Amino acid sequence: MAENTFTLNQRRVAFMPGQTILEAAAAAGVRIPTLCHLRGTTPTGACRICLVEVTGARSLMSACSTPAAPNMVIQTESTRVVQARKLILELLLASGEHDCLICPSCGDCQLQDLAFKYQVSPKRFNRWTDFRKTEVNPLIVRDFSRCILCGRCVQACNEVQVNRAISFGYRGKKAKIVAAGDGPLKDSECVFCGECVQACPTGALSEEKARTTWRPWKERQRVRTTCPYCGVGCQQWLHVQDGKIVKVTGVMGAEPNKGRLCVKGRFGYDFIYSEERLKTPLIKENGEFREASWDEALDLVASKFKQIVAESGPHALAGVSCARSINEDSYQMQKLFRAAIGTNNIDHCART
Amino acid sequence: MTNSFNEFARAKMFMIIGSNMVEAHPVAATFVKNAVMRGAQLIVVDPRRHALVDLAALHVPIRVGSDIALLNALMHVLIAENLYDRKFVESCTIDFDKLAANVRTYPPERAAAICGISAEMIRDLARRIASVKPMMVCYTLGITEHTCGKHNVQAVANLQMLLGNLGVECGGVNPLRGQNNVQGACDMGALPNVFPGYQAVTDADHRAKFAKAWGVAILPDTPGLMIPQMMEGLTTGKVRAFYVFGENLANTEPDIRKVEHELSSAEFLVVQDIFPNETTRFAHVVLPAAAWSENDGTFSNSERRISRVRTASPPPGLAKPNWWIFKELAKRMGRAWAADSAQAIWDEEVSVLAPQLCGIKYHRLEGDGLQWPCPDESHAGTCFLHKDGQFTCGLGVFTPVEWTPPAEEACADYPLVLSTGRRLAHYHTRTQTGRCEGLNDILGEETADISPQDAAELSIRDGETIRVRSRRGEVRIKARVSARVPRGLVWMSFHFRETCANWLTNPAFDPSTLTAEYKACAVRIEKVYTA
Repeated sequence: MAENTFTLNQRRVAFMPGQTILEAAAAAGVRIPTLCHLRGTTPTGACRICLVEVTGARSLMSACSTPAAPNMVIQTESTRVVQARKLILELLLASGEHDCLICPSCGDCQLQDLAFKYQVSPKRFNRWTDFRKTEVNPLIVRDFSRCILCGRCVQACNEVQVNRAISFGYRGKKAKIVAAGDGPLKDSECVFCGECVQACPTGALSEEKARTTWRPWKERQRVRTTCPYCGVGCQQWLHVQDGKIVKVTGVMGAEPNKGRLCVKGRFGYDFIYSEERLKTPLIKENGEFREASWDEALDLVASKFKQIVAESGPHALAGVSCARSINEDSYQMQKLFRAAIGTNNIDHCART
Repeated sequence: MTNSFNEFARAKMFMIIGSNMVEAHPVAATFVKNAVMRGAQLIVVDPRRHALVDLAALHVPIRVGSDIALLNALMHVLIAENLYDRKFVESCTIDFDKLAANVRTYPPERAAAICGISAEMIRDLARRIASVKPMMVCYTLGITEHTCGKHNVQAVANLQMLLGNLGVECGGVNPLRGQNNVQGACDMGALPNVFPGYQAVTDADHRAKFAKAWGVAILPDTPGLMIPQMMEGLTTGKVRAFYVFGENLANTEPDIRKVEHELSSAEFLVVQDIFPNETTRFAHVVLPAAAWSENDGTFSNSERRISRVRTASPPPGLAKPNWWIFKELAKRMGRAWAADSAQAIWDEEVSVLAPQLCGIKYHRLEGDGLQWPCPDESHAGTCFLHKDGQFTCGLGVFTPVEWTPPAEEACADYPLVLSTGRRLAHYHTRTQTGRCEGLNDILGEETADISPQDAAELSIRDGETIRVRSRRGEVRIKARVSARVPRGLVWMSFHFRETCANWLTNPAFDPSTLTAEYKACAVRIEKVYTA
């Protein structure tokens, strides 16, 4: 028998030394449900949803934090496993206010998906925590009544973005995710990158701007694009609903950002819908701008350019291109200056 | 960047100089932080104790504008103590002797006096960076925005060649570009001396190639003007028409009063933008453009990666894609251009004419894009440059440089140094971020960041409104007293109009790049007494 193999749901499967049961199973095409697991971070085994049955083990083992070992015999959906998952789900659902009707994550919630898959309802136990939503922060809404203490946000903040703004606070029934000694995010080390929101498997963390607009099933289009701010070039998903971007998330696994975004990349999109946008060409007359058609404005610019070239030569014109706009625009502008006007007087803010 | 962001998390050592990455390139900084958590050594060279210093093994708090003195002294120690990569220097570089002679005149004691740190710290730093290989150098505008910016860059390159840290993964010289597509605008030839793909306009073969492609008889053979020269030209009449596309020059250039005088002198100013801003005020014609998510196209990031930009919603009103506007103007000036989409422009022109980009076509950009050089369609792109010590011009050339002080130094009347940059929640002149819900709640106004020592001397409290004055202007602004700022320094951004640092900054430029010295000018701060 090969050294690094185990039995997974009656199937012989190879694994790489160091892989967890969860990773080895995923590589073999077997999906084990998770809530607290956040790829690329230290497994915490906090939520217990990934429990699997390992023959010979005293108890069920968490697949996310147990290393695969040679000759393990594992079942991922045995009766015992399913029973345990259902109980865990019942307890999680009873832990807070999981009212999907008004939840910003309805339809994009891993807890909801698992409750549906295992057909679990929150009826058996009484609610055992008493947390309320807090809305004192810009951009990010924290609703502790929907928090299942999986700790993904803590991992995202501490191990992915390494801002170290949030952690677990208190103990037992009072356990809670805290920032700055249980204060609002805005008074903490939080930089509002929103990595925690992206990591949250429930509606405990949501985006203020999308909270009452975004509905995942109404999202007609998800557009992959590149962030318009700094030179890192993060890859983004634009979530488009009713013809408008309603939310932006990082593209998981993509180069160069591997799903990460910063405060501007995640929340700096709505300027494009500002009422102050320039909407028509404008021509200044007697010190005031008036609206003009494209033909009128372009004819005016071209005729003035031609007049100056005729009078003073092409080098009396100069242009500055834009380091924020697409490559094709800069190409086109330098071509206009070189091929149509006849000067190399074209520059941009390259060196600043 | 010679190297790539995906190498950051695996790097063993970083020297980050003149880069407040946590605020200016936040996602890149997360990968540096990941590396540090895994045991990489982080060295931060910066006047300020910015956020990355919290994770650093060593913070080297040099004075503003003393970079070359430090870098030359580091090389002095590396050579004196025989800690450099002799094999790399002998096989991959030339002019080592010139460098050695130059840095011999920078013993650590001399540099220490210039940099405001101890000679021992310089020796310690030199030994540290020689002890781990490869070591990655990252820098940003703290290196370039000086009258000696070009020399700063050359000194950084000299150091990495001396250490043999070029042409390898997790090493290299890595300038993090400030704007999403400043790399691309360079690649596209929006520069006065080169056609797309860095092909010199002074080269007859290049001119012939582009003249043929563009269907014109001749192309201009002398390099054109750079931005500061264009602006000067507006006041002398040398430049009669000025076309500004997507730049808010009235806020971003040093010495706003001077800039506004220049813009208002323009005989004919065309501004093409997405919002009315401080620069459109001076325009004779304003052309409304499509913004970021209203375009299909490409951006090129700092690591030379061409990534797609895609349309999510149409532009408002009559606003049009910029390439369309340029095409319409060309048509009216007698040039009919065929390409009728960004993809056609790229696939049929850019990637045909720029040798580094020939292998990059839109159909290859669906996923993570491609990094140039990518010479043909079977090429997978290039993660790091100068592999095996092969430089573009053959061998790497050591270019010795001398330290020169900033154009304006602190003096009795203006005893403090103002340095400028960006803050996390906003971007440039806030034309975009100022119109995004929530971002103004995080940062609603500018502050002048000063040290606790300077604040105490002038009895300035945190949050108190003060006056910051330079030879060019003054602003009233709230003081933020912060131990992250060293004594003698004032730090401000250029995000807010009324308190923009550029009312104060010095229009002194690097003689060859004409980059302005945004990072250093002399100021004084005063209490504002109100009745």
